[in-house]
Amino acid sequence: MLSLQNRKDILFLSILAAILLIVLPMGLDAFRLNLIGKYLTYAFVTIGLVACWGDSGILSLGQGIFFGLGGYCMAMFLKLQASTLEATKNQSTPGIPDFMDWNQITALPWFWKPFHSLSFSLIAMMVIPAVLAVVIGAAMFKRRVGGTYFAIITQAIASVLTILIVGQQGYIGGVNGITDLRTLDGWDIRTDHAKYILYYAGVVLLLACLLLLRFVRKSKLGRILRAMRDQEDRVRFSGYNVANFKIFIFALAAAMAGIGGALFTLEVGFMSPTFVGIVPSIEMVIYCAVGGRNSLVGAVYGTLLVNWARTSFSESFPEIWTFAMGGLFIAIVLFLPGGLASLYQNYIDPYVCRILKGNGRQTSHTVDKAI
Amino acid sequence: MLSGYSFNDLASIFVMQSFAGLILFSVFLLMALGLAIVFGQMGVINMAHGEFMILGAYTTYVCSYIFAQWMPALFGLYFFIAVILSFIVAGAVGMFLEWSLIRFLYKRPLDTLLATWGVSLILQQIFRSTFGAREVGVTLPDWMMGSWNLSETIQIPINGMIVIAITLLITIVIYGLLYKSGWGKQVRAVMQNRTMAGDVGINTERVDRFTFGLGCGVAGVAGAAFTMIGSTSPTAGQQYIVDTFLVVAFGGTESLGGTIASAFSISQARSILEFFLSGSMAQVLVLLTVIGILMLRPQGLFALKVRR
Repeated sequence: MLSLQNRKDILFLSILAAILLIVLPMGLDAFRLNLIGKYLTYAFVTIGLVACWGDSGILSLGQGIFFGLGGYCMAMFLKLQASTLEATKNQSTPGIPDFMDWNQITALPWFWKPFHSLSFSLIAMMVIPAVLAVVIGAAMFKRRVGGTYFAIITQAIASVLTILIVGQQGYIGGVNGITDLRTLDGWDIRTDHAKYILYYAGVVLLLACLLLLRFVRKSKLGRILRAMRDQEDRVRFSGYNVANFKIFIFALAAAMAGIGGALFTLEVGFMSPTFVGIVPSIEMVIYCAVGGRNSLVGAVYGTLLVNWARTSFSESFPEIWTFAMGGLFIAIVLFLPGGLASLYQNYIDPYVCRILKGNGRQTSHTVDKAI
Repeated sequence: MLSGYSFNDLASIFVMQSFAGLILFSVFLLMALGLAIVFGQMGVINMAHGEFMILGAYTTYVCSYIFAQWMPALFGLYFFIAVILSFIVAGAVGMFLEWSLIRFLYKRPLDTLLATWGVSLILQQIFRSTFGAREVGVTLPDWMMGSWNLSETIQIPINGMIVIAITLLITIVIYGLLYKSGWGKQVRAVMQNRTMAGDVGINTERVDRFTFGLGCGVAGVAGAAFTMIGSTSPTAGQQYIVDTFLVVAFGGTESLGGTIASAFSISQARSILEFFLSGSMAQVLVLLTVIGILMLRPQGLFALKVRR
């Protein structure tokens, strides 16, 4: 017999899976479904933020860095695929990406060369963000820097990366980003059919990441992270190396953001610095805050809701949308710090417990929410 | 990168770029002073600080418009009126923000960061709806347009000197306020121990409100100075906020002298490098250096010795 908590987790995950895998594909046309797919790539970042910010108290305002790095790794591979000798024969140097040719670069820079290989690109999109996260984390957490300082430094790094990408027009595509991506290892990613497959691949990967994070949160590691968030010194005095746990969870979130970025590139067909900088990084924190910083499925719903609202509002009233976005943010922080998930926790959860168990009174205050 | 310039050329470039750096330094310093007061003294991260700067810049713009339209005789003096008005407008909005939002969040510093980001979004949209999305610039009165020819190759613009003078004045006033006045003593007492300060009869809520208002008002003055070096657009403040945070963190949050030194070194390094490298690479190089130093010395260059 499974415990109540496990049964609830299974229920929530199945509901989310049913919505994403069955309800949405049946109810939406290919264009709208691709939009949902794009939003779901942000959800990879927000569930990472749940683990980092909600569980461990590390607020990173630079998740766009990792999203962007993952996206650029994928975009570089796709761009090299699109820049065959055949396709670029009108350039002064055939065989290199078009923006390099426009910027009078005549040979492929060294850091582009490994991206000819699909397997290298796939590994790089996770490993490069994770390694950078370990470097940042080691530098900061080992010196016991956290809280607001960490937020500012990650934000500054996001800013630096954007300026760097925008400034290096010839090497990495500048402000336009890497555009005109066509095929993944010979498979055309622009058809409607491909969009469906990419959507399903994205959902399955997201569910896998959710399960992995659930495993982490359920484990002893997850309990240490929460203890660290609430009483860091006590955990340190109990003999745990606090910094290493922080570095681990930060790197895990970074790797997931990298996967999200790579999927984003595949679904949207380009990558540009507008998805790297400060504004997208903070917006991802908003999605997470709206959904609930302590709830993995909440963060996914938050991401979908905010983005859906943005798309439908900004189509008709772009001005009101910015006000609404700002107001929503203030309201959530002031009145609902737990996000939508806390609404559920207060009003619906007791009923769910009663249905699943019979008497929900004693168990509705479970502290170890895993999902 | 130095080849092709004679020694005289280099000296002139160095002086002119340093002076350009001094104007950037003025804007940085005014922004950072405001932020250091709010962040260092109160522990509040105000992401809308850049928008308060832009509020000051738009106030200056409106002021110049009104003077040009109705009081052309006094146009030469509008800038000084604009500086004062910018301070009052930004300060008043800041105090309103503290009263309506910030005071509920003192115990949750990370959440202030998020809430003030929402505020900055709203302010940006208000600017956009009122003044349009296009950049606006102010016309300078004739006497501020000229420059002072130090030698054949070195020219110092007059408006720059005025900006620097105003910055110096404000820095001295703030130093006096914080370290030489009774009110400053109250501010520092509240910062060091809120409960004890309340116990000895300091109205901590009032101190908080005025401190926040002062920080925002100084940002407004930074905006007035900003109109001298750039044109104002609704999102211009966002580009400055990260640099300003780094200036404050680099200097050490509790130290006014540290803020001045770090604003000076960052703006000078950037301005001089900008001549030899492209603008974006200079910025990247300076920011990376600052981040690197902060990773080695997280408490900033001039930190107070505080037992944590």
